[in-house]
Amino acid sequence: MAEMAASGESPEILFWVGCAGSFDDRYKAVTQAFVKILNKVGVSFAVLGPEETCTGDPARRAGNEFLFQMQAVGNIQVMNGYNVKKVVTACPHCFNTIKNEYPALGGNYEVIHHSTFLQQLINDGKVVIKGGGDFKGKKITFHDSCYLGRANNVYEAPRDVIKALDVELVEMKRCRTKGLCCGAGGAQMFKEPEEGKKDINIERTEEALETGASAIAVGCPFCLTMMADGVKNKNRENDVQVYDLAELIAKDQGL
Amino acid sequence: MSILPQIIFLLIFIVAGYVLYKRVSFLRRAIMLGKKSGRTDNPGERWKTMGLVAFGQKKMFKRIVPAIFHLFLYVGFIIINIEILEFVIDGLFGQHRYFFPFTGTWYMVALNIFEFLAFGSLVASVIFLIRRNIIKIRRFTARELFGWPKLDANLILFAEITLMTAILVMNATDQALADKGYAHYTQIEGLFFSSLIKPLFIDMGATTLFYIERIAWWLHIIGILGFAIYITYSKHLHIFLAFPNTYYSNLKPKGEMKNMEEVTNEVNMMLGIQTENTPEPPAEIARFGAKDVNDLSWVNVMNAFACTECGRCTDQCPANITGKKLSPRKIMMDTRDRAEEVAISLENGGKGLEDGKSLYGDYITKEEINACTSCNACVEACPVNIDPLAIILDIRRYVAMEESGTPPQWNAMFQNIETSFSPWKFAPTDRFNWADKVKEEEQK
Repeated sequence: MAEMAASGESPEILFWVGCAGSFDDRYKAVTQAFVKILNKVGVSFAVLGPEETCTGDPARRAGNEFLFQMQAVGNIQVMNGYNVKKVVTACPHCFNTIKNEYPALGGNYEVIHHSTFLQQLINDGKVVIKGGGDFKGKKITFHDSCYLGRANNVYEAPRDVIKALDVELVEMKRCRTKGLCCGAGGAQMFKEPEEGKKDINIERTEEALETGASAIAVGCPFCLTMMADGVKNKNRENDVQVYDLAELIAKDQGL
Repeated sequence: MSILPQIIFLLIFIVAGYVLYKRVSFLRRAIMLGKKSGRTDNPGERWKTMGLVAFGQKKMFKRIVPAIFHLFLYVGFIIINIEILEFVIDGLFGQHRYFFPFTGTWYMVALNIFEFLAFGSLVASVIFLIRRNIIKIRRFTARELFGWPKLDANLILFAEITLMTAILVMNATDQALADKGYAHYTQIEGLFFSSLIKPLFIDMGATTLFYIERIAWWLHIIGILGFAIYITYSKHLHIFLAFPNTYYSNLKPKGEMKNMEEVTNEVNMMLGIQTENTPEPPAEIARFGAKDVNDLSWVNVMNAFACTECGRCTDQCPANITGKKLSPRKIMMDTRDRAEEVAISLENGGKGLEDGKSLYGDYITKEEINACTSCNACVEACPVNIDPLAIILDIRRYVAMEESGTPPQWNAMFQNIETSFSPWKFAPTDRFNWADKVKEEEQK
């Protein structure tokens, strides 16, 4: 972003990478997949790089409002400084926070989740699906992220992206408004679960495996970690894969 | 006929009215222990939400079987209560079936509708009793329902059964008396449901029938007044509070947490940001987050009084499903219990909020609030738009900012955000490293 701003360019969108997208080994692949799609389509975009910091979501959900607002105000100053208008992110938590919570602190942007962005690219014919590649005709199930679904009513965009791939979309028993959390929301990602009978991601993974799908599609870094861990726990990592939506599209495009 | 019944009727009405007035004022005070809510915007959308969710039962119909039986009780409650008007006129002026002479066929039609709904409500109540007590439905067997809540639920259903039976018996004996040509009793042709039980009474003497009819009449009207008072002590309050509760729903996206202005002021000061209209800092910042009911908004507290403990929230809660201590329903029940405790204490000149107890600590434990994934399943599931999550997150704010009692792993996460600007401990300068691979591939 800094380079583009220095050369007087103003990109159409800011791709908000998020901490998982920047540092998590598995989710870096999603960031790379999404960027390859953007490059191929020729979308003018920028990232903040080292100028980006945590949105503050986990701090706020864990009760630390000070830390949240410190992060938020810092990020807003940077984004307003670059006159950012439109933000796309592959993380529903970043999406929710920037879209719904930054306005109260002076950050007003059009914020869309990458599932919606990918759906738009497909609808506009900018991404032409080549027939699903490895996935053609196979069963894929989609796990609703709480911060995309219930929190922001985005249910159909990720499904439309999957359906475009000429695969069989199979739903879990609990889906859309009734979708079961992966267990990582509300800052649970960053601590051990409280005492109980079972871990939430195992409960959810069992439900996903019951559909007989050969891949579980997600749209959130935390869900990806939780579901992948669940699949490993069930010793099914050889026949069931967990992918982000951007990865599905990138694979189809041979990127 | 002596005027005594009329005087008794009037006295019962006055006493019931007075008790109800006292109870409603009490409930109002309990709810108003909460802070201002600010939810007065967008009245059009609010009326619409109330119309769809409360009046229209929209969210109930996500589960079709209980929704249909509940609909009988709901419509029965609204429609049958129209009959109370006639009860009052008859009772006060010593009349019998005052409207009949000038409504004729319409009277028969109305009574048939009432009887149909009464019968439907009876069936629904019996089925609900079976669901609660015989079929082991998970949400009705949770531990927070042991004792009074379970008894409360059963008492309500028994009361419904009694009231509905009284209507049908009253009409049946009324018609049996009319058949015998007993004074004041006139035949109303074509009553369906009560005619089915009429054979039970037909052989009885006229005096016996008269007493049964009168007992049923009094039982129904006293029953309704008594029930109205009982409701104010019960979870059944939802029949009234569902309406304001949905009116004051959260209209914003569910994922949004309310901004804490008092924190914003301090953050702006710390960062040296000048704001155009910095609001006057409140004379005394009460507390960050919520420890007790007065730290919540009054809408949060009203939510607790509107809760009928159906448990759909708990049934959908991922933490609860996997055996954690958290139950969103219990959060609401605790909030109501604490608000009532404080309000009763204040009423009796007691210490109120200063009684050494608090909602967080004495009712809700840290283990419960720490188990929440903030997934909004409970909020989505509630048929009357109650928001248990708002209370949970407000208590977390108290724990983090006032008590510094956050779990160590979260404190570590806070520290990472403070020092490396990410919840994980990575060097901030490495944030852009993912791009190296993309660049490499592109250069090939």
